[in-house]
Amino acid sequence: MSSILLVEQALNGLQFGLMLFLLASGLTLVFGIMDMINLAHGALYMVGAFLAAWLYGYTESFALSVLCSMALTSLLGMVLEVTLLRTLYARDHLSQVLATFALILILNESVKMIWGTDLPLSTPAQLSGPIEILPGLLYPSYRLVLIGMGLLLALGLYILVNHTKLGAWVRAGASDRQMALSMGINIKALFTAVFGLGAAMCAFSGAMLAPLLAVQVGMGENILILAFVVIVIGGIGSIWGAFVGSLLVGVVDTLGRGLLPHLLGLFLPPMWASAAGPSLASIMVYVLMAGVLFFRPQGLFNSKS
Amino acid sequence: MKVRQFSATLLLSAVCLCVASLGSVARAADKVKIGFVSTLSGPSSALGVDIRDAFMLALKLNGGKVGGLPAEVLIADDQFKPDVAKELFDKMVQKDHVDFLTGVVFSNILMAALPSTDESGIMYLSPNAAPSPLAGKQCSANFFAVAWPNDAYHEAAGQYATNKGVKTAYLLAPNYQAGQDSLAGFKRFYKGKVVGEVYTKLGQLDYSAELAEIRAAKPEVMFVFLPGGMGVNFIKQFMAAGLAKDTKLLVPGFGDDQDIIRGVGADMLGVFDTSHWGLDLANASNKKFVAEFEKEYKRLPTIYAAQGYDTALLMDAAVRASAGNLGDKDLLRKNIMDAKFSSVRGDFKFNTNHFPIQTYYLREIQKDAQGRLVNKIVGQPIMTNHGDAYVKDCPLH
Repeated sequence: MSSILLVEQALNGLQFGLMLFLLASGLTLVFGIMDMINLAHGALYMVGAFLAAWLYGYTESFALSVLCSMALTSLLGMVLEVTLLRTLYARDHLSQVLATFALILILNESVKMIWGTDLPLSTPAQLSGPIEILPGLLYPSYRLVLIGMGLLLALGLYILVNHTKLGAWVRAGASDRQMALSMGINIKALFTAVFGLGAAMCAFSGAMLAPLLAVQVGMGENILILAFVVIVIGGIGSIWGAFVGSLLVGVVDTLGRGLLPHLLGLFLPPMWASAAGPSLASIMVYVLMAGVLFFRPQGLFNSKS
Repeated sequence: MKVRQFSATLLLSAVCLCVASLGSVARAADKVKIGFVSTLSGPSSALGVDIRDAFMLALKLNGGKVGGLPAEVLIADDQFKPDVAKELFDKMVQKDHVDFLTGVVFSNILMAALPSTDESGIMYLSPNAAPSPLAGKQCSANFFAVAWPNDAYHEAAGQYATNKGVKTAYLLAPNYQAGQDSLAGFKRFYKGKVVGEVYTKLGQLDYSAELAEIRAAKPEVMFVFLPGGMGVNFIKQFMAAGLAKDTKLLVPGFGDDQDIIRGVGADMLGVFDTSHWGLDLANASNKKFVAEFEKEYKRLPTIYAAQGYDTALLMDAAVRASAGNLGDKDLLRKNIMDAKFSSVRGDFKFNTNHFPIQTYYLREIQKDAQGRLVNKIVGQPIMTNHGDAYVKDCPLH
């Protein structure tokens, strides 16, 4: 296990965590502000990826496809909010789970009818190879771009939430909805805007991950589970919590897979290490969640605490 | 009086039952009823859909008949769930009284559902799944693997690496039974050094940690068993990491078929695989199959499609040889074993455990005349007359 490999694995963890953050930030806002469990969040991520892959066939520009996909998915998110989800805010969590689960099935089948079960999207040619960032450390340039864009968007979101009027409304809504309402904030419009923003972030992560992951029906459900783990660790409704939670999950998952088999090999016979390593690595994230919940049941940074 | 009446009724019903069962043995069937249970919805449905489409195509080209008799196919979706498949099998055996069952894609689903057919004596012709327990100790008189034993592609890949004198190989598979079996199959025939053997989580999305390890290990060949979306994820990330420059990617034939090519795109060029069939196999039956499939469905057939088509041809030949007498199970079994039909893979024969003995090829992804990415057979066959490692444990003769 060389130090080069360790740096590379740390970068991998950072990149995976940042992409999770883009998904989790929207989810935590919707959950925290509107008290709404939206299982269809992952379906919007899938729609974003499919839209980007489909648009690329027409625009032949990766950046343009991603931007258009964000705009269209955001629009779809807002339409869904106004027509369907708005009626669910007053209901209990079970109704919300049922309705948004139905939405997953509907969106999955619709995507299948329009585009088929999968679409290809390749890495842009100028970013397709690895570059040498340190002597002896080759790193895929596309993953570097993902890290850069992820940090940029996280910063943008931080400024938006903490240093703008809209952000103040959002934070007010998250910590005390009744008070925010009585202070004259237009909660209806705010909810729609937040939902649109969350959908755009979904589309961004879906589209940016599309060159690395299979763009296929059902891709949203796989990653949604991790996004829920992130917001539970970070504390529901907290953007900062989602950020810290995402990086924790990304780094623990990646380093767990990379390091655990080596570590176990130090004090276990090789046969045991190779059997236990992969199994342990795949539950590390959930061990982390259980550990956090044991000491802080409300999550690391709960907006309501 | 009451008692006598009761015994008379009993006797009468016994006679009726006898006549009825005699009738079903002696009478030649006037149609063939086929139960087709496969995964036809959800993310893993592409495979089952291809098997179904090719199976139905073969029947259509045959005028809707199997062995000269009109065919009735009952198609049902197992939803990728073993318990659903088990229920469907039971229903088709007990209520619909089918003559054959076929269709299942996944080994775990087959293992759950198969006992239903075994008790009833109905023949199961497997268009895909052929798990190793069924080749050895648990082999069954009524089960026929039409495609290939589960280990075979991996064994052929190991043999290819040995033939090429590959010194270092790195192996990766998901951490479940089929994944462990596949790497065991590869190692059974690979004589070089295994520099890494990694088991990942089933359904894993991101492989960056594993790719970093592979880069550090610098293997000559990377053998990957990752079905469906996992394979698409891995191959995309492998290419983006620039690893293809030093390391040759080798996968089992279903790991880079048309469904994976659709997901990955142009990056697939130059990937190697092992298979018992190829689009470009030059026999008359295959040429007809590929042309007709493309004409009917406007897409290229996959390995799964070829297997579905072969299953229908085999069924046709066996029913024809039995002259429609489907009640005589021993005769039917013998006629399936000896069925004379033009398989799209070329010649093959059944081993005593009802698993095929056949030829395996190396294929490479290249562009065809129309610029599409396809698997082309390259070089000499890797293995000929290859069976499986479990047949010695099977009590069938």
